[in-house]
Amino acid sequence: MRSSPLMLDRRDFVKQLLQQRGGLLVVPGLGAPTYDVAAAGDHALNFYLWGAMGGAAMIGLGLALAQPKRRVAVITGDGEMLMGLGSLATIGVKQPANLAVLVLDNRHYGETGMQASHTDAGIDLVAIAKACRFNDAAFVAAQSDIAHARHLTYAVKGPVFIQVRVKTDDVPRVLPSRDGREIKRRFMEALVQLS
Amino acid sequence: MDQTVDIKQTWPDAIYAHFKRCNIRQVGYVPDAGHSRLIQRCIEDPEIIDVVLTTEEEGVALVAGAELGGQRAALLMQSSGVGNCVNMFSLIKNCGFSCLVLVTMRGEWEEFNPWQIPMGSITEECLRLSGFSTYRIDDPARVDEIVGLAADRAFGENAAIAVILSQILIGKKDWR
Repeated sequence: MRSSPLMLDRRDFVKQLLQQRGGLLVVPGLGAPTYDVAAAGDHALNFYLWGAMGGAAMIGLGLALAQPKRRVAVITGDGEMLMGLGSLATIGVKQPANLAVLVLDNRHYGETGMQASHTDAGIDLVAIAKACRFNDAAFVAAQSDIAHARHLTYAVKGPVFIQVRVKTDDVPRVLPSRDGREIKRRFMEALVQLS
Repeated sequence: MDQTVDIKQTWPDAIYAHFKRCNIRQVGYVPDAGHSRLIQRCIEDPEIIDVVLTTEEEGVALVAGAELGGQRAALLMQSSGVGNCVNMFSLIKNCGFSCLVLVTMRGEWEEFNPWQIPMGSITEECLRLSGFSTYRIDDPARVDEIVGLAADRAFGENAAIAVILSQILIGKKDWR
C-alpha cells in the first residue's frame, strides 16, 4: 500500500467527509487539520485545536464516552497522532462504538518546514490501530475510497481508524477562531441544542 | 476498631464520596499504589467510566473531552505524572475547562528511591505555574473537607484545582 502513488487532496477529502454531517461532533488536531475542517465550512460542533499536540484522540475519547449516542470524529495529522500513540491503546481498552479517528497523513510536519515524519519511514499507523483493537482500520488514498471513509466515519461500529494519504501541497491557511473559551462555549451550546 | 488507624486506610473513600456527590462520571488514571483503593472504588462503580491511561497527559485531554460532552471528570496521578502533563495543561487554561486532579506524592518523605525526588520536589510549583490552585493534605482527617472544597471550586468556578496528597498521608512505600 505504501508504494501506491495515489494521494488525495486534503481539502477536498475533508469537505466531502463533512458534507451532510448531521450531528457529527468533530475534533480537528492542531495545524493543517484545523484549517482543513474550517475550510470545509465553519461549524459550532467543531472543537478546533490550536495546541495540545498529541491530545486530539483523547479529547475525542472523553467526548465519545460522554455522548454515546452521538458520532465523534477526530481529524488530525500524522505528526499529532504520532505524539499521542499511547492514546490508541487507551481507546482500544475502552472500545468506544461511536468514535472514529482519521489521520490526514502527508508524511511531513507541514507547520514547521516539511520535515519528514515517522510515517514517511514506513511506520504503519493502520497496523498500530489494528494492534490496539480498533474494530476497523483502513488506508485510504483514492477518490473511489471516499465513500468507504464516510461509511466508516458515520456508520461502522467503533473505534474505527482511517489513515488518509494526502498530498504534501501547501494549501492556503483558513484560520478559525483561536479563542479557546469561545470555541468551547459555542460547541457546548450547540450540543445542548442538538439534544 | 481504632479510629486513627482506620482513617489512615479509609481516606480514599472520602474522595470517592465527593466524586459521587459531584456526579463525576469519568475518572482517568495511571495505576498507582497511593490511589489503589480509590481506583478500585471507581472501577466497581457502574456509573463511573474508569479510563486507564498510558500516560497522564492523555487524562488532561480526556477531561476536556468529557466536559465538552457534558460530563464531569477527575484525574488521579502520582507526582511524577504531573511532569508528563505540562504542555497539555495549556488546553485546560486556554479553554477554561474544569480540572480536578488528585496527586499522590513521592520523593518527599522517607523516600527510598532518589529517582523520585527531582520531580517530587517541583510537583506543586509545576502545577501552580501551569495555572492550578493547589491544596496540600498531610492529615487523613482533613481529606473529606479539603477535597470537598477543591471539587466545589473546580466545578463551581470552571477552575483547575490540584489536591496534593502528601507522602506523610499516604505512607512510605515498603521496599522489603
